[in-house]
Amino acid sequence: MKITADSPPVLSVLDRPNSYIGRAVPRPNLQRLTQGRGQYISDVTLPRMAHVAYLRSPHAHARIVSIATEAAKKAPGVVAVVTGTELAKVMTPWVGVLTHLKGIKSAPQYPIAVDRACWQGEAVCAVVARTRAQAEDACELIDIVYEELPAVTNPETALDPATPVIHASLGDNLCFERKLDVGEVDKAFANSDAVVEATFVTGRHTGVCTEPRAVVADWNEGEQRMTVYHATQAPHMMQNLFAKHLDLSESQVRVLTKDVGGSFGIKVHTYADEMATVALSKLLKRPVKFVADRIESFVTDIHARDHRIKGKIGVTRDGVITAFEIDDLTGIGPYSVYPRTSGIEANQVVNLTGGPYNCPNYRAQARVVFQNKNVMCQYRAVGHPIAVAVTEGLVELAAAKIGMDPLEIRRRNLFPDDGYPAQTASGLKLEQLSHHEALAHLDTMINYAALRAEQKALRDKGIYRGIGFASFIEVTNPSAAFYGVGGAKITSQDGATVKLDAQGAITIHSGVTEQGQGAEAVLAQCVASSFGVSMDRVRVVTGDTDNTPYGGGTWASRAAGIGGEAAWQAGKALRGNVLAVAGAMLQAKPEELDIRNGVVVDKTTGAERLGLDELARVAYFRPDTLPPGFQAELMVTRHYVPRGWPFAFTNGIQASYLEVDTDTGFVKLLRHWCVEDCGTIINPQLVNEQIRGGVVQGIGAALFEQCLYDERGQMLNGNMADYLVPMAVEMPDIDCGHVVSPTADSELGAKGAGEAGTAGAPACIMNAINDALRPLGAQPLTDMPFTPGKILRALGKV
Amino acid sequence: MSMDIDITLTVNGERVTERVEARKTLVDFVRDDLGLTGSHVGCEHGVCGACTMRVDGVIVRGCLMLAAQCDGATVETIEGLSDSGEVADLQAAFEQRNALQCGYCTPGMLTAAQELLQQAQARNAVPSRDEIREHISGNYCRCTGYHAIVDAVESVAKARAGAKS
Amino acid sequence: MKPAPFAYKKARSLDEAIALLGENPDARLLAGGQSLMATLNMRLSAPSLLIDINGIGGLGGIAHKSGAVEIGALARHTDAERSATIAQHAPLIARAMPFIGHPAIRNRGTLGGSIAFADPAAELPACLLALDGEVDAQGPKGKRTIKAGDYFKGLYETALGPQEILTAIRLPAASADTRVGFAELARRHGDYAIVGLAASARADGKGLKDVRLAYFGVGNTPLRAAGSEAALARGDIDGAVAALDLDPHDDIQATGAVKKHLAGVLLRRVAAQLMEQRP
Ligand SMILES: Cc1cc2nc3c(=O)[nH]c(=O)nc-3n(C[C@H](O)[C@H](O)[C@H](O)COP(=O)(O)OP(=O)(O)OC[C@H]3O[C@@H](n4cnc5c(N)ncnc54)[C@H](O)[C@@H]3O)c2cc1C
Ligand code: FES
Ligand code: FES
Repeated sequence: MKITADSPPVLSVLDRPNSYIGRAVPRPNLQRLTQGRGQYISDVTLPRMAHVAYLRSPHAHARIVSIATEAAKKAPGVVAVVTGTELAKVMTPWVGVLTHLKGIKSAPQYPIAVDRACWQGEAVCAVVARTRAQAEDACELIDIVYEELPAVTNPETALDPATPVIHASLGDNLCFERKLDVGEVDKAFANSDAVVEATFVTGRHTGVCTEPRAVVADWNEGEQRMTVYHATQAPHMMQNLFAKHLDLSESQVRVLTKDVGGSFGIKVHTYADEMATVALSKLLKRPVKFVADRIESFVTDIHARDHRIKGKIGVTRDGVITAFEIDDLTGIGPYSVYPRTSGIEANQVVNLTGGPYNCPNYRAQARVVFQNKNVMCQYRAVGHPIAVAVTEGLVELAAAKIGMDPLEIRRRNLFPDDGYPAQTASGLKLEQLSHHEALAHLDTMINYAALRAEQKALRDKGIYRGIGFASFIEVTNPSAAFYGVGGAKITSQDGATVKLDAQGAITIHSGVTEQGQGAEAVLAQCVASSFGVSMDRVRVVTGDTDNTPYGGGTWASRAAGIGGEAAWQAGKALRGNVLAVAGAMLQAKPEELDIRNGVVVDKTTGAERLGLDELARVAYFRPDTLPPGFQAELMVTRHYVPRGWPFAFTNGIQASYLEVDTDTGFVKLLRHWCVEDCGTIINPQLVNEQIRGGVVQGIGAALFEQCLYDERGQMLNGNMADYLVPMAVEMPDIDCGHVVSPTADSELGAKGAGEAGTAGAPACIMNAINDALRPLGAQPLTDMPFTPGKILRALGKV
Repeated sequence: MSMDIDITLTVNGERVTERVEARKTLVDFVRDDLGLTGSHVGCEHGVCGACTMRVDGVIVRGCLMLAAQCDGATVETIEGLSDSGEVADLQAAFEQRNALQCGYCTPGMLTAAQELLQQAQARNAVPSRDEIREHISGNYCRCTGYHAIVDAVESVAKARAGAKS
Repeated sequence: MKPAPFAYKKARSLDEAIALLGENPDARLLAGGQSLMATLNMRLSAPSLLIDINGIGGLGGIAHKSGAVEIGALARHTDAERSATIAQHAPLIARAMPFIGHPAIRNRGTLGGSIAFADPAAELPACLLALDGEVDAQGPKGKRTIKAGDYFKGLYETALGPQEILTAIRLPAASADTRVGFAELARRHGDYAIVGLAASARADGKGLKDVRLAYFGVGNTPLRAAGSEAALARGDIDGAVAALDLDPHDDIQATGAVKKHLAGVLLRRVAAQLMEQRP
């Protein structure tokens, strides 16, 4: 089923009289934000609230010999100066491992460093004061004596015997290792007509959410309860962790999220300074606020994607891919991040490499090593941009080698659309994908033949343009297979509670969270549709562990597919309950009634029978008039967890058209396209904007972003002037198209769409640059980001 | 020499008299002292534009000015621009076009875009997409990828030009 | 990230500001604040006193007088960008302005602040040098004028004394035979350039004379490329590129070798601009 950009899908079973499924309805909660009346955690203030600033290690690796806090304690406004040793008495340390990542190991991490700092930026002492400025003033008065230790910064040598071991108790610097050998790889390479090898480097990135991390913790000694206002994606997970490490029960902890200024996976982890803030509130028995400033964000927000991957592909003369092989090495910082671990990214690279292609021979090795740099963990599209860069980079290099068109080689190897269910060489189970239809759609959308003709004509004039592609698959709607089976208290199910209020309006309480992706709109659309009211009658409550069903929050593109299905089902169930009341009131059979546009109607004729306001009035205020023994149930909860498939894979293909200035090495992006299949599209506008935003994050990876470190473990560009995020002028317009293959695991059939853009864009840009430069005999570029310097070097100009 | 400064200024049409620490930035002043949290803090070094507001009629970085400098000034934040209705059409376009996701950049983005729209109106012109991108070049948005923002601003520019002629 | 405490004083006259500088050796002048405030917020600098010069009258003008364009220290970037006087009589400045930061930065940043701060990657210092302009300064010992060639001393270091205030810059007004060229390469629009080149010359029949090339982003100060100037005056573009004797250091955005290569590319582009212009 093909849809052109921005148009709603064809009618399906989901289309009920007031269906919002497939419609680009605006998000209901936007006016608050456009008027500056949102409430982000950085806006929260509470009575008696104090502010904390952390003094951070200037060294990548150092023993803390002594900390003198006397002068700081006497500084104006200071409430307390607390060291790691002191805070360790309030909060227990944690270890970021999961049992299903066999052999993964890490060392205990404390909220504030105890005895030793393991990366530049790790908090070594806290100052709580009346204002943030006063806390920072006092930080300058703390005198710490460090004994610098050798810093491990090069992953390539991290495992050498001569390299110091960061955590002696672990024996070596290996965090996690995975090997896979499927089919007959050596034989396949031997039988190939061409074998291409390349080493890919994906730069260390970080999320740079516009709102830095923020938390306000409020321990009420009288209630013995901790309320944490936390810009997090996963409130229930954090509730569990705060309780666990403060030795409280979960019922003593409430986590509220409010508006969140961007997250992208950055705000789904345990941060030592946030844990410390919560512990400080307990210690000081008053609210404590921590908002990371941008400079500390760069050295503490998780980094990601720092991988070096040696890749190899074999092809026959007629373009059949015979085998893939990769060797991935990644340095993750001194700790595996809790609780999701820092092994997942490499694990995903192994899982996803070669993913779109029907190729049975695959060998992979991944090693994850410790180093004295900021920690790495899951960030939007975890592992995907890396795996896609390696796979698609190799595929286009192979195509070039055998002189085949890059779309043609894909046509010959992508899993056939009618061949599902299928399984990738790495063992991923694919329910139903649409690679070929997506490719055909893209081919038309970009007018490929004409684009090639234009490219050729311009080359003759010395203008070098490139066209690059990237096919991809994306993990969405994760089941318990992702984290739950590994022992983490990260739920994969989610719930929605739907209630009819006394005026006949609907409130939804959901366990997923809003980070700007439009989850609340999707939930409202689902319930409005399945229940039968207009969206203005629906209000959504999320992000409050006291008031929402237990849920996983927002990550791995799960909010719409999982949270949306729970909401859809809850709306349906409430409709049943409401119709039972209506039946009782009207002395009609409930199954002969329906709810349309907020009115109970006769199902067949559509004749209006009863307003919901009247029904609610009777049910709540005159239940005595209902038949004896009849009890109206006007609030229902439904949960949903994917069971049929471990993940709902989506697929798609992107294209980039760009121009390289071969004198300067500068790249100008002309246009970008993405065709994506995320199953049922609940709101095409939201899907497209997820894709556009994601593509631009991927472009950042390809062209601009990289956390640069020197060999002593000092980050060199930890500010927004030097760490280059994509800005408006350099970004292209982005066209979106869709194919729809719903998942049968849920009634809605929706899969996720949050990460597809980011997954494919870096590979796509890389391939386009190489396509542009190929006629000039340039060395293929595989080391991201593709700076002017690297391009000039590839051209032999410097 | 005083570390605290007395200032009187007009904020969103209201006269405000406060004593502020000399070191307090304008954005911290409007957020912390006046409770106008619509102006956001994203970097505090002038790069992200989340703190964009209007001082004496032109857009500035709220993090690169001191409150102490604003004695006698007229300051307008997103709350003021909203209540006066000045940017109502632009806000509506952002909402319709989903030109915001998390919304953290949005107040600054709207304020910056409004300046361009006013300049364009004065010239009787509709800015091109490139000009729009250039005028918001100092406003960082991590969520949208900018395309929808450019669409929204462009549609308002056209609508305003149409309404005028 | 909050500045360390400091006192603040809004000066009402140059004399008052100069006196305050004398009394407070670690005081800093605050002009547009678009460079200074960021360093204060990051606590890279912690003066005891900020002397706000924005209230000093008479420092904001842009005027064409006796063959020169005089720009007051407090003229904002935006004022220059929109000034008809600058467009007509100092076209190099007009060309450079849109490359400086972003609209909100240009609304506050001052030309005096830019020249006083003397960032080696900034546009205006190079323009001043390319135009052979001069700087007016006033200090406890009175007023003086410093030629651009004598003004830039080192990394963020100028000929201004600790108690001197830059009051204006003066540029020779363009005449009919004036040719200017400007180009820079920055990763993102409004960023400081990796390399940039500001140039001026006078038409000489079909050729050029009095060629002045001022590079930025390639050293501790804006740098003249004397050998290339001579070659360009001879019409020898290849020779001009070959004569480039820059030795830029590596930085975060590019290695010295890349910068040097880019300097050559810019030279060709700017040379084309210089040759193209017809009176
Ligand atoms: C995001 C961003 C991007 C930018 N991009 C660019 C760019 O691409 N190119 C560029 O050139 N600039 C750029 N800038 C800097 C901007 O142009 C500054 O305005 C300028 O460099 C300094 O001018 P100011 O008036 O703001 O000076 P201030 O910040 O007020 O002062 C800077 C320094 O000069 C001193 N000073 C100021 N005025 C005088 C005076 N009259 N006499 C003596 N000393 C004085 C101050 O004491 C201080 O030490 C950017 C700034 C930002 C925040
Ligand atoms: S907070 Fe002012 S520009 Fe970022
Ligand atoms: S909408 Fe989130 S940063 Fe712009």
